[in-house]
Amino acid sequence: MKDQFVVPARLKTTSFVLLGIGLLTLLIGLFAFSDEHGSTRFWAGILQNSTFFLMVALASTFFICVTTLAQGGWQIAFRRVPEAISMAVPVLGGILLVVLAFLIFGNKGHIYHWLHPHGDRILEGKSPFLNAGFVSIASVITIGLWAFLSIKLRNMSLAEDKMQLDHEGRKSLIWKGTVWCGIFAVVYALSMGSTTPWLWLMSIDAHWFSTMYSWYTFASTWVSGLSLIALFVIYLKSKGYLPMVNEEHMHDLGKFMFAFSIFWAYLWFSQYMLIWYANMPEETIYFQPRVWGEFRSVFFLNLIINFIAPLLIFMKRATKRNNTIVAFTAGLIIFGHWLDFWQMVAPGTVKHLVFPWYELGVGLGFLGLTIYLVAMQLAKAPLTPKNHPYLKESIIHHT
Amino acid sequence: MAVKKFVVGNFDDEAVLFPAVKKVRAAGYKIHDVYTPFPVHGLDHALGLRETSLHTAGFIYGITGTTTALSFMSWIFTTDWPLNIGGKPHFPLPAFIPITFELTVLFSAVGMVMTFMYLCQMAPFVKKHIFHPRQTDDQFVMVIELTEKTPAADVKAFLDSVGAKEINEQTVEAGWWIGRFDREDKLFSKQVAVNA
Repeated sequence: MKDQFVVPARLKTTSFVLLGIGLLTLLIGLFAFSDEHGSTRFWAGILQNSTFFLMVALASTFFICVTTLAQGGWQIAFRRVPEAISMAVPVLGGILLVVLAFLIFGNKGHIYHWLHPHGDRILEGKSPFLNAGFVSIASVITIGLWAFLSIKLRNMSLAEDKMQLDHEGRKSLIWKGTVWCGIFAVVYALSMGSTTPWLWLMSIDAHWFSTMYSWYTFASTWVSGLSLIALFVIYLKSKGYLPMVNEEHMHDLGKFMFAFSIFWAYLWFSQYMLIWYANMPEETIYFQPRVWGEFRSVFFLNLIINFIAPLLIFMKRATKRNNTIVAFTAGLIIFGHWLDFWQMVAPGTVKHLVFPWYELGVGLGFLGLTIYLVAMQLAKAPLTPKNHPYLKESIIHHT
Repeated sequence: MAVKKFVVGNFDDEAVLFPAVKKVRAAGYKIHDVYTPFPVHGLDHALGLRETSLHTAGFIYGITGTTTALSFMSWIFTTDWPLNIGGKPHFPLPAFIPITFELTVLFSAVGMVMTFMYLCQMAPFVKKHIFHPRQTDDQFVMVIELTEKTPAADVKAFLDSVGAKEINEQTVEAGWWIGRFDREDKLFSKQVAVNA
């Protein structure tokens, strides 16, 4: 049984090439966007990609968290994959902290207008919440807790492999996992589910606000995170690893992707319809450039890729059990939500619809970094948590 | 519907039932159905039942609901009785979405339930023969339909060899009927218990 992942040279090369493209794009961007207006685009591209990839990686920690709290057993056979992805959180979080430090303290780009609230009544009113001190401290605490809990859950899982457990030991293992996942659930709900996307992304359009925004961002990154897990599982399967994972597990991952694409659309619509219905200028300002302005095409493309396509593709049972179709749709969903993040950031920063070659290039760089980090982590430990009490449940899993 | 001859075998363990189903199928006997007190995972595969088309029906009911909602509302608001509601356009699509969604769910849910009831031959006042009273309690009941090529004695002997606890032969109505159980007693004309 192949249980120890060895990073294939081709995967390593691919990730380095992607990383190289990202760095090259950054370098080109540094010269192409050297003027006052251009630097906004330069930093907006980095901000968009670093938040997106951090939150997508964090979705894996959340996956471990929810499946553990729900006492799920089916995911144990491939649990090491979300664990490995979650280990990208500390690195990506560190990158985002550096970017935020540049934006807030280095005063780079004109992204966060709330940094200079003087003379603006609305921003002055929001300044107890949106100010450099609060945002930076909240960001450090949030990313610190995310990274700490991701590492903690991973280490607990790795420690399991070396244990010799009796019945009581197994029970206490489950209990310990439940407690730590419970702590993560609270942290995640208070950060990702309420304030963090407001601070990092919603505050780009500082005059505007929406309480649905964080949930919407969460749904976006959660479904992309599930797609990323599915992609890595399919990749490992295609290389002959993960022998216990079969189409039953892929079926359940597909169901997750299907359900949360609909959930994303539900939140998208909940945010849109309330603003549309009330029709108040301070709220509709957000949708003005997106629905009626230059970003109209992206806005509807977003809905088609992220809602209609997964809805129709994953409706049939057979498609969820077909690795090729799941991999294709997972790639489509990740690209779609990257586009979603772009249309969240770009109208408030770049202002005009331009082909996002720079943003895409930086995104490929982050993708390469993520692939490299995950591959390294996958190679660190056996791919099957052999001592986990629910392993058998996962092997005989039947949908 | 027709009155047919069946041989009924009882099993008290899932672990015996599964190999028995496989052996009975391999031997070429015609399994009418297997009645279990709870859903048994994988039994449909073991029985070789084809995948249900219920979800396709559900999809069709769903898009019927979507079409009904959208066309009905747009007809009302643009043609039949246009109203000015808060200065909104006469075809306010976002406002229609929740109702469209609800009607899609309603159509597909009600339609699927009714289709399911029809496929399972369940409806108010409709009765089906119960092969063994404990099939809803704690026993797994395998019913084999007798044909010209499979005499009752053979089937009984075979069921006995695969581990059935209680075997009997019944000549009963195979389909459903509207009425009461007690008036259909003639259908239980021959019910001979054979001690295994």
